[in-house]
Amino acid sequence: MIQQFALLIWGIEMSEFITAVLISLSSGAIYALMSIALVLVWRSTRVINFAQAGQAVLTTYIGYDIVQKTGSYWIALAGAVISGAIIGAVIDRFFMRPIFKRVNSGPIVMIAPVAATLGLLGIIQALIGFKWGLTNQSIEAPVSTNGIKVLGSVIAFSKFNLLVLVFVSIAVLLLTLLFQRTNIGLALRASAYSPEIARLSGIKVDTVRTLGWAIAGASGGLAGMLYIPGAFLYPNAMDLLLVFGFIAAVIGGLESLFGAVAGAMVLAFAINFATTYISPKLFFPTAFIVLVLVLLVRPAGLFAAKMSRRA
Amino acid sequence: MSLVVENLTIDHGAIRAISNVSFKVAEGQLAAIIGANGAGKTTLLRTLSGLKESVSGTASWNGESILEKKPEDLARSGIMHVSDGKSVIAELSVKENLALTGLWRKDKKDVAAATAEVVELFPILGQRMAQTAGSLSGGERQMLAIGRSLIARPKLLLLDEPSLGLAPLIVEQIFQAIKDLVKRLNLTVVLVEQNAMGALKIANEGIVLSLGSVVAVDSAQTLLNDPAVRTAYLGY
Repeated sequence: MIQQFALLIWGIEMSEFITAVLISLSSGAIYALMSIALVLVWRSTRVINFAQAGQAVLTTYIGYDIVQKTGSYWIALAGAVISGAIIGAVIDRFFMRPIFKRVNSGPIVMIAPVAATLGLLGIIQALIGFKWGLTNQSIEAPVSTNGIKVLGSVIAFSKFNLLVLVFVSIAVLLLTLLFQRTNIGLALRASAYSPEIARLSGIKVDTVRTLGWAIAGASGGLAGMLYIPGAFLYPNAMDLLLVFGFIAAVIGGLESLFGAVAGAMVLAFAINFATTYISPKLFFPTAFIVLVLVLLVRPAGLFAAKMSRRA
Repeated sequence: MSLVVENLTIDHGAIRAISNVSFKVAEGQLAAIIGANGAGKTTLLRTLSGLKESVSGTASWNGESILEKKPEDLARSGIMHVSDGKSVIAELSVKENLALTGLWRKDKKDVAAATAEVVELFPILGQRMAQTAGSLSGGERQMLAIGRSLIARPKLLLLDEPSLGLAPLIVEQIFQAIKDLVKRLNLTVVLVEQNAMGALKIANEGIVLSLGSVVAVDSAQTLLNDPAVRTAYLGY
């Protein structure tokens, strides 16, 4: 009797633990996409692109429209990723590049481009409000969002969570291959590490930078379409994701894809374990406690020393 | 083909770094620009490679103005600037550093041939291909920087202080390599140096800069033997 009871408790605890791990992985995967988008822009332009939250929500609305028209989540996903790339490139070419050209001296140099991205964020969200309204919309997930069975009990991890994990893994793998194994990747890395030497070597750094913004935008587009089936879509829907992506990027050292992903995972595990084992009220505080702790202990990021500046 | 600079004036922030500088370098010649720290040598080179804007004056290569052009376009048209501070990208491997100047070239066969030639010229680079450039010694970095520029098959090489911070023996090796390259590839080279004597020894002609102005232009040999230049700039 006592043994059976102990086994039952153990089973509950195990499934709780496994749930926390799995949910950490799938939410960390989405933070990672946002974090990657921020890191890619940061390391090539030294700008934290706050507009990324607006870009991602815009592409998700585009995805929403595609779902309404075609009924296909998959076409919408492709549409969101592609439009994310285009929007990212357009923002760099026609908004950021002129700002960098005009603002080139004085203390404003440090803050003007970042302030510009904040302004752009507000503008994009306002325009979305005009076009799609402020009410909550939703996009249905392509696979079940009901919890799956593990060890005989249903846990809060769905097929869709698994799909998120698989998609983000593939995206990170493709990006790593792109950066490490292709000529375009070499140009992207060289332009990020040393724009001057890249230029003197004949690389069109401005064009390469626009490509970097496009990849970041695509990553944000993917993040939105993987995030929204689990949450409502409204103009500010990605604000929280931006904050978490930003914290993840800082934890990861802001310089590498590896850091972006690892930082996102550290953040997601900290949040999910704190809310599971201590108190659900710790959802927000944990993120900021982790951020502040990392900044106090290792301001360059947890993965800065060895992994910095690798793609 | 020749590099012609006429009445070039350049500001560095609020300071006039170069005023009314004129000189010519004929094809296949090695010109050394010498002068003390702060004479404006680096500013001059940065303007010739498109990194910096000029205030007035002209500069042309092969009859075509090179001012107001982007550095990447100048690089693609055969004007290669090896900037100071051992200009390599520390985070990239030696192989990747060398690949940078071949990325945009269409003739991939020739890129491979040029890379092989560079490895032949600086065999140590061949042994270090997989290492990051940051792990190289100062001399090896300089070889890598020069080697990288050669893979673009440049016509005009702008070298900024290749001897900076290197041991005398390595300096001699680098200077010898530069001299050989000029002859073998019919390169035109502008060599900016604080090591005036070393530079003049391998140069055809010398241009002495002081506080942003040209104070002497002559054959390198003449300058080496000129007592006034010797005391003022060579220090012996």
